Amino acid sequence: MIPEEIVRSPSWYESSARNRIAGVLDADTFHEILGPAERVMSPHLELFDLPPAFDDGVIVGRGQLDGKPVAIIAQEGQFMGGTFAEVSGAKIVGLLRAVTAAAGTPDGVSAVLLLLDTGGVRLQEANAGELAVSETVRALLGVRAAGIPVVALVGGRAGAFGGGGIVTACCSHVVISEQGRISVTGPEVIETNKGAEEFDSRDRALVWRVTGGRSRVLLGGADSYVKGDVASFRAAAARSRNAAPPFTLETMAAEQERLEKRLSSYGDCRDTPEIWARAGLADPASVPDIDDDAFLALLSEREIKHDAR
Amino acid sequence: MTPVELLTRLFPSGHEVVAGPFNTLAGRAILTDGAAVEVVGVTDGAPLSPEIATELAGRIIRIVQDGKKTPIVLLIDTASQRMTRRDEMLGLNEYLAHLAKVVTLAGLSGHRTVAVLYGAAAAGAFIATALAAQTLITIDGAHPSVMDLPSIARVTKLPLQLLEKKAETTPIFAPGVTPLAATGAVLENWSEADNFSNRLETALTLEASSDTRDTLGEERGGRKVAYSVALRVAAEFEKAAR
Repeated sequence: MIPEEIVRSPSWYESSARNRIAGVLDADTFHEILGPAERVMSPHLELFDLPPAFDDGVIVGRGQLDGKPVAIIAQEGQFMGGTFAEVSGAKIVGLLRAVTAAAGTPDGVSAVLLLLDTGGVRLQEANAGELAVSETVRALLGVRAAGIPVVALVGGRAGAFGGGGIVTACCSHVVISEQGRISVTGPEVIETNKGAEEFDSRDRALVWRVTGGRSRVLLGGADSYVKGDVASFRAAAARSRNAAPPFTLETMAAEQERLEKRLSSYGDCRDTPEIWARAGLADPASVPDIDDDAFLALLSEREIKHDAR
Repeated sequence: MTPVELLTRLFPSGHEVVAGPFNTLAGRAILTDGAAVEVVGVTDGAPLSPEIATELAGRIIRIVQDGKKTPIVLLIDTASQRMTRRDEMLGLNEYLAHLAKVVTLAGLSGHRTVAVLYGAAAAGAFIATALAAQTLITIDGAHPSVMDLPSIARVTKLPLQLLEKKAETTPIFAPGVTPLAATGAVLENWSEADNFSNRLETALTLEASSDTRDTLGEERGGRKVAYSVALRVAAEFEKAAR
């Protein structure tokens, strides 16, 4: 039998970036900025005989969530892996800077929603993409410093890899589903550089144990775990914007302590079930296999929330 | 250039910068006018690990907590982020982001932040260190990159020779100081003959509260559209609010 919530709401993983936006925002409130009609495209893909996209794989704009204004950014993982590049990155950076400039004015928004679906930097535009990630980090932290939470939603096919993993962890709050993956160097790249003994990228269960949503939320690398449907992501986005930590020295000192503690507690572990056993989980081997309801019940017993991001 | 030579040339009036754990260094230095700066760094092309990131970030947090708004100079010779299953399992993305956040917070809190890249920096490690400072300076012999061309060839499935040929016509993807400077990542490159302490002291006086790397990339012709696209988005955002 298909679970009821999946009948009600489409899968985040299967949805396009545009459909995710439509499902997250209040109906008919999305106002796209520099949409496909404007044809703001990558000037570099032609050099590689690659077809450009009218939106360069990033959709940005304003809308409402539960009646309150928000800014929204969505990467389309199906176009060039949702990569950060000159144009796609500038759209993100421009929106974030505008949000900061409008903070505290009638044009201000209550939150920024960042729908990540990215392999990281677009290598055909490596330098522009790398800078776009760095500019995104700075602009995003500017938004947080202005008192506006930035909520990351991770559950797309491309995950949040490379610079996308760094950007995710710069957000105030990270929402993830079982299919969401967060990492810096992808398993294939580690395998290419260090061999299959270091990381066998074809071992799907291993890849998920290392980078997947359940491991991330158990370790504190994500803050809210949701079922993989669009409505659950929307509900989590609405909830979390009210409970996000500010970007302050105190928060960073708390994060320092949190990350040092993780290193000293689990730095010698070889696999995530080892971490979970040490953290006191009754049946660590079962974590990947139980259903979402059981996993959510397990999370609610454990109180792993922190305000150190 | 070794860290010892670099420190001597940057701070002829003296410094107390010493080696720390995990190929890091840290300590106070004195400018020629007697003003103090804080130095933190990574040496020997060490791949950026969670241990290095927490060591550097912890040091910078204590500098900000000190409340004196002392300028911070980051001396960088790293590699890529460390590529191990263990580090990814432990959430390396959070460690790199934490370092980038702490460096950025220092800048927002009134500390002038200048990175001097005297060796390598690549991929996520480049973002978390040198690119997180308000100003990036490179020294002759520095080799920043996103990814080396053979690896780009592998991932994009393009022949290496073709990539090398294309790299001659555009700075958009090739590794090295010159293409990265053209896109706006690097404010200035110092050559062997330059007076490093004079140049550093001049760089420390520059106003750096906003991120102008995209305007620099436009002026230099290496990133022609990023700035104008960002401006258009910002203008439309205002209109969309009405």
